[in-house]
Amino acid sequence: MDKFRVLVVDDELDFLETIVKRLKTRKIDVTGVDSGVKALSLLNDQDFDVVILDVKMPGLDGIDTLREMKKKKPLVEVIMLTGHASVESGIQGMQLGAFDYVMKPVALDELLEKMRQAYERKLISEGKA
Amino acid sequence: MEAQYFKKLWWNIILATLSFSVIPLFVLGVVIYQQFSFSYTAKITDNLKTLVENRCSAVDLFFEERLSQLISLANTHTLERLADEDYLNKVFNIIQTRSKSFLDLGVIDQEGNHLAYVGPYYNILKDVNYKNEDWFGAVMSTGTYISDVFMGFRKIPHFIIAVMVREKNRVWILRATIDSDILENLVRAAQLGKKGDAFIINRENILQTAPRFSGKLLEHPNTPNFAAATGTQVEELPIEGVDNLFATSVIKNKKWVLVVREDPKEQLTPLLRARFLAGLIGLGGVLLIVIGAVFTTRSMMKELMEMERKKAVSDEISIQSSKLAALGKMAAGIAHEINNPLAVIGEKAGWLKDLLAMEDISHSPHFQEFADAVHKIEYHIVRAKTVTHRLLGFARRMEPVAEKVNVNAVMDEAIDFLENEARYRSIDIQTDYIPNLPLTLSDPAQLQQVFLNILNNAIDAIGKDGEILIKTKYIAKNNEIAVTIHDNGPGIPKEMLDKIFDPFFTTKEVGKGTGLGLSISYGIVEKLGGRIMVASEEGQGTTFTIYLPIRD
Repeated sequence: MDKFRVLVVDDELDFLETIVKRLKTRKIDVTGVDSGVKALSLLNDQDFDVVILDVKMPGLDGIDTLREMKKKKPLVEVIMLTGHASVESGIQGMQLGAFDYVMKPVALDELLEKMRQAYERKLISEGKA
Repeated sequence: MEAQYFKKLWWNIILATLSFSVIPLFVLGVVIYQQFSFSYTAKITDNLKTLVENRCSAVDLFFEERLSQLISLANTHTLERLADEDYLNKVFNIIQTRSKSFLDLGVIDQEGNHLAYVGPYYNILKDVNYKNEDWFGAVMSTGTYISDVFMGFRKIPHFIIAVMVREKNRVWILRATIDSDILENLVRAAQLGKKGDAFIINRENILQTAPRFSGKLLEHPNTPNFAAATGTQVEELPIEGVDNLFATSVIKNKKWVLVVREDPKEQLTPLLRARFLAGLIGLGGVLLIVIGAVFTTRSMMKELMEMERKKAVSDEISIQSSKLAALGKMAAGIAHEINNPLAVIGEKAGWLKDLLAMEDISHSPHFQEFADAVHKIEYHIVRAKTVTHRLLGFARRMEPVAEKVNVNAVMDEAIDFLENEARYRSIDIQTDYIPNLPLTLSDPAQLQQVFLNILNNAIDAIGKDGEILIKTKYIAKNNEIAVTIHDNGPGIPKEMLDKIFDPFFTTKEVGKGTGLGLSISYGIVEKLGGRIMVASEEGQGTTFTIYLPIRD
């Protein structure tokens, strides 16, 4: 499988820092930012295959960020991540084109599996496009 | 308190109904009776008046006739002619052939000597001198005279009609006697009914005719004194406490008073019957109204109480669900707050694990300790995660939803909640599910509440040491799921069996149960389109069966 580029967006710095480190040790090209605004500006310069997006963030929240991202890069696959079990935000996310919806805390292997699936789907959509 | 309220309401409705229907009925009855009574009494009074006037005229006519007979006789004969007893006898016989009114006939001179006499008392009266008799003086001064009834020389009640004749220079008197029987016959026609009476009194209130009941001839009657009466009158007066109707009229020729006495009861019998009948019909009507009011009110109250009950249940359900919704929100908040740090801990532990795998630490003497500690941290994070995720699931379920439900799974969750409690009481919960139970569109949270209620009751019923057996079945015929929950508790007495779904019915101690669990469950299952049944035998245990339709 090709190496794929991942962007993690989470305002919880301890979480962000650690998950980035762990993904890097698994040879994944990963970047971490702590806000939706930063993620969007980064997306202007760089291409990513999969975005891990926290739903609940101060300022621009996950849903709004997702909406903007999909406008900029419709093909990027987004996995929503949250500590909150709000069904509405999950459904809303899916409606806005998120790939999946995962609840914190999540085992890294599980998340990796989801990322791979998301990447596969991206490849398929790109192939069709 | 509730019963008191309904009792009061019952009385209010009954009283209102009764007063609005009985009062008009009563007023109608009284008014009609009054009108009837008034006109009937007026009619009776009129009749009585006519009767007494009629009789008076008859008596007056009788007197007139007799008087004119005598006057004609006296004025068409000379004294000598009439003093001849043979001739007088002849005349008397002629008069008697037409009417037997006269008892005898006599001719008396101005000195009071009886010149001639025809009649049955010849021996007693022939030689009598009347000069000192009252009537003699009266006839000499007035010309004609009708006496009161008296005994006279013959000692038999009679009265006299006398006519004085002036002939040239002498004066004589033609006198006739009339048996008072004749008068009585005239009056008797006015003696009506069984208790009616009629009699004549003179101005001294002495009876001139023999009444039926009111006294004896020539004595005072036992009635009020009507001697001073003028004109015709009808009045109601009591005698010895009994009401009597009296009609009086004056006989013009004699100034006597004819009195007709009636028993008003006899006259008023039709009126009394009408009163009785009106009373009876009125009473019947009231009775009907009362019965009608009671029955209508009873069914109304029944309806009302049923509504009240249903309202109580739905109120309780909504209170319960709003409580649970609040609880759910809180649970979600807590879960969220815990999940975030939990995620950080998880990642840190994961990072440690990664590091342990990468570095040369494996040679460190405490490597195994590190690995174990990290493993334990991860294990307990998973454990905590299970709790928070369950909390979130619980929170989500508080909102009413309709989703595809696996009834077996819902039941498992319900059992999870109560497992500890059951274990403490050494109650064994056995399940016998049908695998591949079809999914149905339902509200899992509400369904779970029903299962929880029934399981809770089962545990409470058993108390300690027992068994609960739960089965699920698919009934293809009705396309429905049947869930049976059986406990081997003491069972429910027969007389309570049909009450257990009633709101506020509880067998638990005061304060322990609300008595709403089963009625809420009943309401929920009904709302989900299913039904709930109970079977129980004392000493054998109780089985609840919940039927749920399969809906897509």
